Amino acid sequence: MIRQIVVGTATCGVAAGANKLLAALHDFVAEKKLDVQVTETGCIGLCYREPLIEVRENGSRKLFGDVTADVAKKLAAGEGGEDVEKCFLREGDAVDRDGVLAGQKRIVLSRCGVIDPASLDQYLETDGYKALRKVLGSMRPAEVIDEVLKSGLRGRGGGGFPTGKKWQFVAAQPPGEKYVICNADEGDPGAFMDRSTLEGDPFSVLEGMAICGYAVGAGHGIIYCRAEYPKALARLRHSIVTAERNGYLGQNILGSGFSFDVHIKEGAGAFVCGEETALMASIEGRRGMPRFRPPFPAVSGLWGRPTNINNVETFANLWWIILNGGAAFAAMGTERSKGTKVFALAGKIQRGGLVEIPMGMTIRDLVMKVGGGVGEGRTFKAVQLGGPSGGCIPAEKSDLPIDYENITATGAIMGSGGMVVLDDATCMVEVARYFLSFTQAESCGKCTFCRIGTKRMLEILERIVAGNGEPADLDRLLDLGEKVKQSSLCGLGQTAPNPALTTVKYFRSEYEAHIRDKKCPAHSCNALVTYSITDECNGCTLCAKACPSKAITGERKKKHEIDLQVCIKCGRCIASCNMGAILKV
Amino acid sequence: MAESQGNSFARALWMTEGRARDLIPLLQAAQEAFGYIPERAMESIAGLTGIPVSEIYGVVTFYKQFRLTRRGKYMLKLCDGTACHVNGSTDLEIAVEDALKIRRGQTDPDLLFTLEVVNCVGCCSLAPVLMVEDETHGTLNPRKVTTLLKKLRTEAKSS
Ligand SMILES: Cc1cc2nc3c(=O)[nH]c(=O)nc-3n(C[C@H](O)[C@H](O)[C@H](O)COP(=O)(O)O)c2cc1C
Repeated sequence: MIRQIVVGTATCGVAAGANKLLAALHDFVAEKKLDVQVTETGCIGLCYREPLIEVRENGSRKLFGDVTADVAKKLAAGEGGEDVEKCFLREGDAVDRDGVLAGQKRIVLSRCGVIDPASLDQYLETDGYKALRKVLGSMRPAEVIDEVLKSGLRGRGGGGFPTGKKWQFVAAQPPGEKYVICNADEGDPGAFMDRSTLEGDPFSVLEGMAICGYAVGAGHGIIYCRAEYPKALARLRHSIVTAERNGYLGQNILGSGFSFDVHIKEGAGAFVCGEETALMASIEGRRGMPRFRPPFPAVSGLWGRPTNINNVETFANLWWIILNGGAAFAAMGTERSKGTKVFALAGKIQRGGLVEIPMGMTIRDLVMKVGGGVGEGRTFKAVQLGGPSGGCIPAEKSDLPIDYENITATGAIMGSGGMVVLDDATCMVEVARYFLSFTQAESCGKCTFCRIGTKRMLEILERIVAGNGEPADLDRLLDLGEKVKQSSLCGLGQTAPNPALTTVKYFRSEYEAHIRDKKCPAHSCNALVTYSITDECNGCTLCAKACPSKAITGERKKKHEIDLQVCIKCGRCIASCNMGAILKV
Repeated sequence: MAESQGNSFARALWMTEGRARDLIPLLQAAQEAFGYIPERAMESIAGLTGIPVSEIYGVVTFYKQFRLTRRGKYMLKLCDGTACHVNGSTDLEIAVEDALKIRRGQTDPDLLFTLEVVNCVGCCSLAPVLMVEDETHGTLNPRKVTTLLKKLRTEAKSS
């Protein structure tokens, strides 16, 4: 039995050096003439341990993390050692040493990090295309839609609209040219679920789209994918050609008489193009500006034709629902939110990565148990959910079971699954300012309140962060926020105030400290802190050299001092210090 | 080199049917070929598709991907997504500015580096990150960035 060395080469793996590892392994195996097969796989999910390698041999699978070239070679040669031991994470599907897999349930991610995403054979071996075969061979379109309705699946792109219902609307339109669009724009900063799915299991998305096309009577599919995802785009192109060549896409799929083709459109970098009507305007070659709905895309979408648009993760759930039945899917989750949800855990968290959990798990369990909590010596303060449209949920509220309604009730939104964890060193006012600067820049400019209102809100927040806030600013912020929400056409403006509104709601005292006491409780806002050198200073002079305003003085090997009158608080000294001896207080 | 660059854009023009929907892909082809959108590319596209240059300009400036000025050999995309922001992307930006003496949106006089600050490159668990062309570099700090840029500069000079 030959040994198989599988390297995780999704974008995070590559960023951690997986490609170099892969090249080194190929060279090593060739040079030593080892009977070892070196292959690739998608996102294994434990991004904080990248690069990751799985060793498959005699039916066993062992996962190793933080792998160096030396360890990789030892693994290929079948050798052990202390360094190899140190990298060992888990065997088979057992819970890994860090416990990240505890409580996860993987449907969308079931093949991610397991199969070679470029291999149609491996997709087929793991139940791939069985669902499409079943649908085309034995189900009428209405039966397919019934199954999806029964599953309770709701759109994973953020809105949570019932997928089966959307399909019903499109199917009910008179026959003729119809389109299926897969929204892979994934514009929320802090989110990478769709990228990982496309990189790790592209065929599952194509299969979902074809099932949808059959159900709603559409012959053409379009994937709108952002250009910032070169690897996902490459994988998609390869998968489309492979699927076509093997009869899973194109004319007369699997001899059923049903035809469905898929094309890729690359986004050009505009957040608002994730909104469905803007996205279609962009495909048509125009500026991506949202339009009024109705008519909904289901009635008049791309080129004025009925169009069904769903998110990547929505499509990636379908094969499972068809194979296991809608009822099995609906058995997971909460009363109104069924199945699982993929979350991208990032920010101030120990074990950032990609996780899939059943709906209904509490935020606290997700952050503390699955994600391992925040850094040592820090306290968990809040999670930011739903990107710039979402809001911050404080740690005190984190015993909330995750589902669409619960999250909305807090003032945040479920969003697409980006969860950025914040600790006590994060300033909530600055977080609100960050998101407002984002939405303000991304507003397409069509609606006055979104265009100018977000600008005014941003100015207020900038003022508060800079220590120039006035007592009346909070009321102004809330008032403007409500008006922007009410007077904008699309989801961007309707949700843009959320980060500001939720932080005022839950962290009002932090705002007041900035405005009244001119203090930043998180010691983060530059204008409201002073720099100070502690006794850890070993007098290496690096900070004095880095300081552009010559505010730092001191003799070599003696503790340095900062002249606060001269200091411009640029942070270069902190970046230069090897001892961590410069603090903002 | 300039000629072969132009060739790929010429091929794109020749292959297209010149419908309105081809506008963005044609602009992407021009950017791919030249590294930015030269005025003449907009004129060629206008001639072919019948879309007025003013409208093409409107589309070009709407989307962040498109540039109207020349770019350096290495496109640096500094991520300022949420995870990178709370993990110190601002300090990285200062380090890049110090090392290259350029600000966001600018290109250095040697035409080696162009610095852009982007929303999110989807590599959040390795924040903060910097993309150099299509390659993502993760878990950076100001010192690592400075070293990386030095290495790139030496590489570019010796090639
Ligand atoms: C400003 C804005 C940005 C959006 N960005 C995305 C996105 O990046 N990806 C996505 O799938 N949906 C996004 N949406 C939601 C889409 O408009 C649409 O509801 C979704 O693609 C429908 O698919 P679903 O029902 O499967 O969720 C965005 C909406 C708004 C208002």
